[in-house]
Amino acid sequence: MEYVIEMLNIRKEFGNFVANDNITLQLKKGEIHALLGENGAGKSTLMNVLFGLYQPEAGEIRVKGQKVDIANPNIANDLGIGMVHQHFMLVENFTVTENIILGNELTKGGVIDKKVAAKKITELSEMYGLDVDPTAKIEDISVGMQQRVEILKTLYRGAEILIFDEPTASLTPQEIEDLIGIMKRLIAEGKSIILITHKLKEIMEVSDRVTVIRKGQGIGTVTTAETNPNELASLMVGRQVEFKTVKKDATPGEDALVIKDLVVQDYRGIDKVKNLSLTVRKGEILGLAGIDGNGQSELIEAITGLRKTKSGTVFINGNEITNLKPRKVTESGIGHIPEDRHKHGLVLDFPIGHNIALQTYYKEPIAKNGIMNYSKVSELAKKIIADYDVRTTGEDALARSLSGGNQQKAIIGREVYRDPDLLIAALPTRGLDVGAIEFIHQRLIEQRDNGKAVLLLSYELDEVMNVSDRIAVMYDGYIIDTLDPKKTTEQELGLLMAGQAKQRRSKQGETAHVE
Amino acid sequence: MSNRLINILVPAVSVVLGLLVGALIMLFTGYDPIEGYAALWNGIFGDIYAIGETIRQITPYILAGLAVAFAFRTGLFNIGVEGQLIVGWFAAAWVGVAFTDLPAFIHLPLAVLAAAVAGAFWGFIPGLLKAKLKVHEVIVTIMMNYIALFVTNALIRYVSDGGDNTGRIAESASLGSPFLQGLTDFSRLHYGILIALAMVFVMWFILEKTKTGFELKAVGFNQNASEYAGMNVSRNIILSMVIAGAFAGLAGAMEALGTFQYANVKGGFTGIGFDGIAVALLGANTPLGVVFGATLFGALQYGSLNMPNEAGVPVEIVSIVIAIIIFFVASGYVLRLFLEKISSKKEAK
Repeated sequence: MEYVIEMLNIRKEFGNFVANDNITLQLKKGEIHALLGENGAGKSTLMNVLFGLYQPEAGEIRVKGQKVDIANPNIANDLGIGMVHQHFMLVENFTVTENIILGNELTKGGVIDKKVAAKKITELSEMYGLDVDPTAKIEDISVGMQQRVEILKTLYRGAEILIFDEPTASLTPQEIEDLIGIMKRLIAEGKSIILITHKLKEIMEVSDRVTVIRKGQGIGTVTTAETNPNELASLMVGRQVEFKTVKKDATPGEDALVIKDLVVQDYRGIDKVKNLSLTVRKGEILGLAGIDGNGQSELIEAITGLRKTKSGTVFINGNEITNLKPRKVTESGIGHIPEDRHKHGLVLDFPIGHNIALQTYYKEPIAKNGIMNYSKVSELAKKIIADYDVRTTGEDALARSLSGGNQQKAIIGREVYRDPDLLIAALPTRGLDVGAIEFIHQRLIEQRDNGKAVLLLSYELDEVMNVSDRIAVMYDGYIIDTLDPKKTTEQELGLLMAGQAKQRRSKQGETAHVE
Repeated sequence: MSNRLINILVPAVSVVLGLLVGALIMLFTGYDPIEGYAALWNGIFGDIYAIGETIRQITPYILAGLAVAFAFRTGLFNIGVEGQLIVGWFAAAWVGVAFTDLPAFIHLPLAVLAAAVAGAFWGFIPGLLKAKLKVHEVIVTIMMNYIALFVTNALIRYVSDGGDNTGRIAESASLGSPFLQGLTDFSRLHYGILIALAMVFVMWFILEKTKTGFELKAVGFNQNASEYAGMNVSRNIILSMVIAGAFAGLAGAMEALGTFQYANVKGGFTGIGFDGIAVALLGANTPLGVVFGATLFGALQYGSLNMPNEAGVPVEIVSIVIAIIIFFVASGYVLRLFLEKISSKKEAK
């Protein structure tokens, strides 16, 4: 079969850094070709080369057998290459039609002819089963629908080859299923797709072939039907990956975190945490399971001092920390990996080294009599960068320039290095690839094995089941049950998370609040 | 083309382009650009007196530039430099007039300090409103400018029993320097330039060397992460405005204790505070950059005064020419893009 796109032995350098080295990717007509690699492996660089945003230092690109020079994205468009970006490029207060025709407006006597465009969009939408309303405003439609607008945008411009950059990162499970349907429909209509992802499950489900890259190197291309997730993971990471986290049994000790009758409100004054009691003991990982929006974020913000409580108490090691300022909470022995690393975890415009010192900058040896000793900041940063395998050009690189996984490793390094009695990890692996996830899970288990308490908030069933020693299920502001992961199933957990509370007291002796 | 070369080339080419367009305007309006620019040059560097006066003009621009740049580095837009400068001017002049028998080593520092405190207070109010009530500092500082102008006018009338001038400050509070005046053929150059340069160092030191500077910058970039890291966000916002206000107040002291030696009722704003915004932006909000920005501004402002006298170019045309030169320097970013494009094309071939 003919290849519609061939990228042969592509090399891309940034200064001394080789982002792509000898990568070959050949896309057949009518296939879904997955491009697999860890965060920072060079997937986006390769696609930016194809899309004309970067010029390769070596190698050649062929479209339908013809050698081409893609000097800018307009040329890529003309060649029928369209990109569905991970972060949508849409104008929020424009309609679907206005967004799609933006930069490509049909005019009649100087006036934009939206009717013709809307008609074409409706036709395309029906042809591929996208079900998009051309008159809706972007700000009024769901994330999944916005993504379809992005897809329509490329189709409207006549794309034959669609690049999807991490398309499922911000979608709900239902939206992911719909997207997979759409992708299959696109293929059926003769389009070809490159799917950038690090999610093995999706690759197995949807792709025909997979090209794997690792640390900028092309590893090879395999046929999906002839491989399995384990093989893909080891190709991607370069070693065997354990999907089932290995750990000893927990040996829980005395209570570390004790929460009693806690009530927390959101900014509108609505109770989000309702009379909640919870205990985390030393030497155990307590998994806080639940569906997003059931009060988990408010609970963690209340513990860490970022949000005021309405009533109830929080104790750490027997000392009350209710409503203390964040610094006092930190100093009482709590480490906090925040849910949103860009909002709370990092000052993105600071060097990564400054960020690593963000919780200790005010103390000796870094600050003495109000004067900063930046060589001590570098010293600390270098140590954590080495110990936690943070891949960066150096401690002076802006935090913004690191990939998500490496940003997260720096945060985890910062928090674990202080050796807190309680480590709160909120969605610590969100958006990360299997290699980074495994690394982070091991750090959490290490803390536990050192006799520290760990509170793990996660929306992923796999993660909660694999890593926790005990699972507290949160629903509508209550802990509705506490489970032993060895004695429960994903089905039971799923039902509890959906609010199907059983009328029973949990084995661990905590009150199960039932409405 | 190397980055280093581009960094030097951009401001140089910008100034040349600005001068060229300015020349065209003089040409079209019927004036001789060569004569005009010769007058500008003489106005700035013509003799030792002109140089002294130029430096004197640069002094308050440095401090006004710092007042904008410092706030900007911590994420705040201080449009209130004008008002902070005016209250600083009045406070310094009042201390200078009110005490007559203090020794200079007490009187002068006291007057300078009064200006800094007054400016700091004028910055504190918008800082407090921003930190506690989330009122945008741009609105508050603009309004504070008007309050400063008319309150100080009223105070001047009050202390001078209905006059429009505080009267001359005591010699013991003056920044005037017979030594510097002697060097510059009796210009009004005063010791204030040393204070301004010291403050350039102070700003650099606070931001780059102190714990407070680390916190101020962190709060400027990301308030949420700063709060997470245990910083007191409100305190840092207020502190930033207070320090910025103190710089602006000192700019007022330069006028009160150095250049004019009095405070008078003003019909409108001095403009120095607003020019400070441009000075800070020209200097990329860095302390050293502010010195360069202020030098350009101060030199052009003072030197251009000579253009009507010597070349007969009307004041209005002079203002347009000066604005165009500054416009081109400020749009150096566009030029930089252009130069980088040329150099990348050359490398590609």
